[in-house]
Formats: sequence, structure tokens, C-alpha cells
Amino acid sequence: MGHTLIEKIIGKKVGHDVKPGDIVTVPVDWCMVDDIMVPFAVQKFEEMGFQKVYDPNKVVLIYDHFLPATQTDDSRHFRVGDEFADKYGIKNVHRTDGICHQLMTEAGYVKPGDIAFGTDSHTVTYGCVGAFSTGIGYTEMAGILGTGELWIKVPETIKIEIDGTVPGNVTSKDIILRIIGDLTASGATYKSLEFTGSTVEAMSVASRMTMSNMSVEAGAKCGLFAPDDKTCDYCKIPYDDEMRELHGDDDANYSQILRYRAEDFVPVCACPSLVDNIKPVSELKGTKVNQVFLGSCTNGRLEDLRTAATILKGKHVAPYVKLIVTPASRKVYRAALADGTLEILSDAGAIITTPGCGLCCGRGGGILSDDEVVVATNNRNFLGRMGTSKVKIYLASPATAAATAIAGEITEA
Amino acid sequence: MFTAKIWKLGDDIDTDIILPTEYLAFETVQEMKPYAFSPLRPDLASKIQPGDMIVAGNNFGCGSSREQAPEVVKALGVSCIVAKSYARIFFRNAINNGLLLIEQPDLFDEVNEGDIAEVTPGKEIKVNGKSYDIASLPQNLTDILDAGGLVKAMRKRNGLD
Repeated sequence: MGHTLIEKIIGKKVGHDVKPGDIVTVPVDWCMVDDIMVPFAVQKFEEMGFQKVYDPNKVVLIYDHFLPATQTDDSRHFRVGDEFADKYGIKNVHRTDGICHQLMTEAGYVKPGDIAFGTDSHTVTYGCVGAFSTGIGYTEMAGILGTGELWIKVPETIKIEIDGTVPGNVTSKDIILRIIGDLTASGATYKSLEFTGSTVEAMSVASRMTMSNMSVEAGAKCGLFAPDDKTCDYCKIPYDDEMRELHGDDDANYSQILRYRAEDFVPVCACPSLVDNIKPVSELKGTKVNQVFLGSCTNGRLEDLRTAATILKGKHVAPYVKLIVTPASRKVYRAALADGTLEILSDAGAIITTPGCGLCCGRGGGILSDDEVVVATNNRNFLGRMGTSKVKIYLASPATAAATAIAGEITEA
Repeated sequence: MFTAKIWKLGDDIDTDIILPTEYLAFETVQEMKPYAFSPLRPDLASKIQPGDMIVAGNNFGCGSSREQAPEVVKALGVSCIVAKSYARIFFRNAINNGLLLIEQPDLFDEVNEGDIAEVTPGKEIKVNGKSYDIASLPQNLTDILDAGGLVKAMRKRNGLD
């Protein structure tokens, strides 16, 4: 019997075969603590009585949710984080570099086959490079900081095979939204999603990142892609036999297999206020919008900004519509600056903000009010996520977002 | 081994049922106790006696990540929960709060509320003369449970308690 990708990753780390349901203790390659959770994790760490961090080089502190600070108590989180880093010799502190889930692979930390935990549910994002990563509570993070290990239950795997060529106005965001709609918001609870097929192979790492990022919205523990030459190029490592072995075997035991024809996908939105309330964009035409948000750890990368720029070039956002663009990291920001993408977006009337979580978690500029409508490229449309509980949030791809910004109503690219 | 009286709940017992949002802001878990399971069975919290157990179906503890959910069940004195499956965050939060969870696929369909179970952790549950196998937890999880939660387990590990 072969193994799924998650079984291989965990089995290799613990040194023996594992099967779904096994509870094992794994060594942790990376701990990510974001600015919201820093004070709580530090408090628990101290209550536990640890004298040192298990390996300061494996700990990464990232300030992103509260950056730049919008409330007077926010800077306390940075201060507690800085003091903790100084006291325990943690050098990997990103104070203004971008969103944690972008940085954990972009800055060279997480590699294929690694195991990473973070204090944020979208830690699942690193599945895009074939790493096992997932979100945990701050009490558990405190334990890892002291011990370097965590117990986990080996999950069952749902295999998702996508073959063919997607239509020109469909992105990986439309694909993962459709899958979440089909699985429902709890359909993958406790399970690993494994994405395969020719469509997936043709995708950039950035596009895969969008899908891994949103796997948690179906309840999944992780959303994995087998590493390939593109992955290894992105991670700056050789594509060797060890990497080639990191894939789900044909005779592995999958709890469920979903198969899609890429040609069948259409641009979709997750409609208020559930991530699995999926409708084709064509059915939503005419829905007036007040704001469009392009950014987040889901869709704030260079290819997302370029997609939008291609559509917005030489055009202008509709009167009264605010288009807010937030690059996922400083690196993305600078690349988009260098290649003229930001200039195109700015010429089209976009408000370009500093990299960070900002608006996605309802903290940054662009908060909305009762009965306003926003089309957003981020990952959650829960009640009150981006303003009051009466804001209507439609989740969409960067292409749909750009076309919508021009038209002032929900529009297919 | 311990004996416990069974309280039976269904599938998809979410964390809002275990403790509704409006009671989360109470300062102590003692204040939350009367409201446990109140949306589903308002009288249950007052009936559960220390040492009793909960038997449920699939996906116990689904929904939000609120750690108050396992905390309030623990505070009611529940000795263990036996369910077909658990939502992942609840499972972790429960163990970290010192609440014993057991996965068992058949028990739920074959027992009644009020039955008395004999539980031997890591081995079996006996109810009405029938034995149900249960998987053993690894030593590190047993250590967390025995210590009364993750913070206490880590303090013990660090020679503080």
C-alpha cells in the first residue's frame, strides 16, 4: 500500500510508516507567531516555566495584522515581541516586511517536506510548496517554543484531481472557491487536501499558494501540492530524488477523490456571508459595489497585481468606487513598482497601501459600513470581517475584482 | 478503570451549543457552567454529576476555536467524552485543558442515556455486558491529561510543580 503526501511528510519526520488516525509527536521545523498572538504566547511560555526557546533560529515573529498600528494598544504587541526576541535570541523578526504567510516561504524559511505551525489559521498556506503546516492555539505554540515538538493526528486525505486548461478569465481562486462550495465549509474537517492533475502542474507556485491558503475554509488541516521544479526554483533548492519522492502514490489510500475538468470552471464569488455560498459571477451581474480590495495572503502576489493591471490598464475605476491594493510583502511591492504594475494601478485610480493584513482582518484602512458592498480577493466573508456586520462581502479572483472596479458592479473579466 | 453514567448527545455538537457566545466573556469558568449545552438541552448542565460521561456522534466540537468549550465541560466534572469523531481544534483544546476524549465508532449507536459504562482508558469500554475496544493514547498525551492540561504538564516537565 502506498502513501498519501501527508503520510510521507509525517512518516519521514518520525522515522516510521504512519497511517490516518495515528497520533504521533513530530519535530517542528518552523514556528510562526504573528503580532496578534505574541503577548498571549509569551505569557503561556513564561507560565510553563521555560528558560529558553528550543531553537531561536526556527522561530519567526512577524508583525502584520496591526501594521501600521491603528489603535493605541497595538504597539504593545510589537514591544512584547521585541522584548521576547531580544531575551531569547530570536533573530527572525519581520517588523515591516509583509504578511506572515507570504513571508514564511518567500523569505526562505519553509521548504518542501518541512513541518511548520503558526498561531493563525491560514498557516495552511505553506502546503503550496509541499510542506505540512497548520494553525494552532497560543498555548500549544508556547509548548512548541519550549520543546520543539508537537503531537499531531495523521489525517485522512481527499485527493483533488484537476486536468485540462482553465478558461482565460478563471484563476486558481475560482478553482478553490468552487471546491470549497462542493466540499462545504466542513467537508474536509481534519483532513488533508492533496491537489494533483495537469492543471495544477501548469500553475505557478503563487497560484497554488492561493489554493493552499483557502483549504482551511473547507475545514482542512492542510492543503498540499507535490513539489516540482517550479517549487524548488521558488525555494532555491535542487529538484532532487528526495523532492521527487514527495508526492501521493497512485495506490495510496484516499478517503475521497474529487475530479474536475478545468474547462468546466467559471469565474465565481463566495457570496455573503459564507465561504461555501458559491455563485457564478455571471449570475451576480448588476450588483453595485462600493469598494474593491485586491490583496491579502490569498491574492496579494505579483501575478495577482499584474492580472489586475492588465485589465485596468488605460481604464479608470468607476466613480465612487474605492479600489484598495495591498501587496502581500515588500518584495512584491518593489517588484510591482519596478515593472510598472503599481503605476498602472495608480493611474487607474487605485489606493495602494503598505503590505500587511490590514483590511482583510478588519483592522486596516478601508473599513466599510452598513449595507455597503465590497468585492475582495481575500479568504473570508464572515459577518463583520471587514467592517460592520451588515457589510456584504463577495470573495473573488483578482481578475473579477479588477473588472468589477471598472464597472462599479460585479462583472466577469 | 472508572465507571460513569452516560449522557447522550447527537452529531455535530458545535462549540456554540457547548457554550454560547454570550457567556464567553464571563471572568470564570464557574460562572459559565450553568449555560453549557443550553441551546440544545437547557437542563443538562444542572443534571450532569462529577464523573459522568458524554457519548456523542460525529464531529463533536465543530465550529469556533473557543477554548472555553472544553474548559466548561471539564469544569462540570465530565470524566470523558466518547464520540465517533471530533473537530480538530476542539480535540487539541480538550487535551490541552486536561479533558479525556475517546474515539469509538460503535458505542454511540448501541447505548442509551443513563447506561453505566466501565471505562479503562487505552483499552476498552464496557456497557450492558458488551466490550468496545478503544485506541490507546500515546504517553505524551496521557501525560498532558494526567497533569491537568498543557500548561501544568509543561510546568511539571520543567520541574516547577
